[in-house]
Amino acid sequence: MLGTTVILAFRAINRHKLRSFLTTLGIIIGVAAVVTMVTLGNGATAAVREQISSLGANVLQLRPGQGFGRGGGGPRPPDFKERDLTAIENQLTGVRAVAPVVQSSGTAIYEGNNWSTTVYGTTSAYSEVQQWKVADGRLFLPDEEEAGKSVCIIGNTVRTNLFQGTEPVGQRMRIKGVSCQVVGVLATRGQGGFGDQDDVVVMPIKFVQRRFTGDRDISQIMVAVDDAYDTSTVQASLEELMRERRKIKAGDQDNFNVFDTKQISDTLTGTTTILTQIVGAVAAISLLVGGIGIMNIMLVSVTERTREIGIRLAIGAVAREVLMQFLVEAIVLSCLGGLIGLFLALIASVAIAPLMQVPFLFDVKVNAIAFLFSAAIGVVFGYFPARRAAALNPIDALRHE
Amino acid sequence: MAADPIISLPIISLRGVTKIYGEGPTAFQALKGVDLDIQQGDFVAVMGPSGSGKSTTMNILGCLDVPSGGTYLFKGHHVETLDRDQRALLRRRYLGFVFQGFNLLSRTTALENVELPLLYRGEDKKLRYEMGMAALDKVGLKDWWDHTPAELSGGQQQRVAIARAIVTQPDVLVADEPTGNLDSQRSIEIMELLTDLNRNSGITVLMVTHEPDMAAYARTIVHFRDGLVESIEAGVTA
Repeated sequence: MLGTTVILAFRAINRHKLRSFLTTLGIIIGVAAVVTMVTLGNGATAAVREQISSLGANVLQLRPGQGFGRGGGGPRPPDFKERDLTAIENQLTGVRAVAPVVQSSGTAIYEGNNWSTTVYGTTSAYSEVQQWKVADGRLFLPDEEEAGKSVCIIGNTVRTNLFQGTEPVGQRMRIKGVSCQVVGVLATRGQGGFGDQDDVVVMPIKFVQRRFTGDRDISQIMVAVDDAYDTSTVQASLEELMRERRKIKAGDQDNFNVFDTKQISDTLTGTTTILTQIVGAVAAISLLVGGIGIMNIMLVSVTERTREIGIRLAIGAVAREVLMQFLVEAIVLSCLGGLIGLFLALIASVAIAPLMQVPFLFDVKVNAIAFLFSAAIGVVFGYFPARRAAALNPIDALRHE
Repeated sequence: MAADPIISLPIISLRGVTKIYGEGPTAFQALKGVDLDIQQGDFVAVMGPSGSGKSTTMNILGCLDVPSGGTYLFKGHHVETLDRDQRALLRRRYLGFVFQGFNLLSRTTALENVELPLLYRGEDKKLRYEMGMAALDKVGLKDWWDHTPAELSGGQQQRVAIARAIVTQPDVLVADEPTGNLDSQRSIEIMELLTDLNRNSGITVLMVTHEPDMAAYARTIVHFRDGLVESIEAGVTA
């Protein structure tokens, strides 16, 4: 019997191609919208996660002060010293690499081109902590670091704006009025959660301290945690070590803070996930509207086809068969709409993802759910018109003009 | 009608059948106690003015409707107690219908129209094709199997409708003014076809008609008046 009704449903759809297409258009658009939104949203989430992991996975950032700010109106908490760095390296277990950072901003000049940028003073360990790769040239040599020589590695944004096509490695540029030699260019890292990560000039920390900051303080220490160790355990022992070193009494607040990049990652991906859900929900409403469209046209169709239903009943179709035919028609239409919608979503996602600079991620689960949902809409919204068709009296239906 | 010397059970037997439409003061009694026996293999023409109850009787005979009172025996079985689906199955198995307005499915080929009752019977594709083509052959439209109703003349459409009615090899063919929409030449062709089916395929034919010319093809003519059988006479060809 199901086979019969499926044949009849396909014949009926085939007889009215335009109407069938219009009926299912709502579902097509609804499914395409939902799947495209969720696919792009997932891509965006993945992109955020990717960028954050480019900040360095499992990295603890140690800064003076409480939280993000410098904290309160009291005296400025002291920066770190080189011996703090040594202590962390030697006394903390589970540490893969430790890099000191001092930061300064200034203008770089090369042959009349100006570019305002951020100068990072650090050591080669920074490359290991942040997983920065040098695309061109090299990292600092040990003796350049030791002596604090005037050498630098530049980010790609600096390269583009300052050198404008000239090969920068080996060139000399001026930074904050000081001449320095470019020894390397960093691999592109793109937009991160904190702005353009390629807009940097990296120099040996000793040079930056001597020429720019004027003291030997370290404003930030980056601690890369060994994968085999739990980040929060290492964070706790780092906090304990620093309290001890900074002679903070029990009960007093820390005058430093340790920031786990994983926390930022979780926060930001959480945000994009919520956004994806909201946009997906809005699109899901359009899917619902599509379902109502199917019901609407099926109801009109039942009235229009009253005579046909009468014929079917007269030649011996039982009510259940008429019901099934209309129901199967609705389900076939909504499933076809769902499939076309998925196909359009695929095309749209592949086309839009590069424009949004997010990866295209085909999510089987999202596609499957959207399809099943469209099928369910066929059942739900097809049932009412189908029941109405089946309830018709054959004599009245045959008389219907 | 003279008493039949051969004792045979009528295929259709109505006893005291009444039909009331509506309720209360607006109720209308369409049938006021119809008694009618129809023998297997008969060709019955039902005549009568509008409102005489002939269409109501035909709907009940065709199991499309149920009587308000009285009994209806089809092949010795009570029909008046059957529910909607049981009557549908009875129509599917034993009855074929031909309507004044042809009532073919539009945008559907002649063969697909003819196959429709077989689809509801659950026959497979090969048998549907064979039986459908045989039925079309019987009405002389084998070469028109892939034409839709819009591409066929009125007479051809009615012949497709007859093919659809007989494709299941029913016992009874119920024809409601089958020539009402046709000119006299097409009407004669349809009547000859019905006569042939009655004589050579043994199908009992029940036909409603206004026209004495058409009724003349029948063996038995039943006249209705005011919700009752007025008279039963033997046809010219009987």
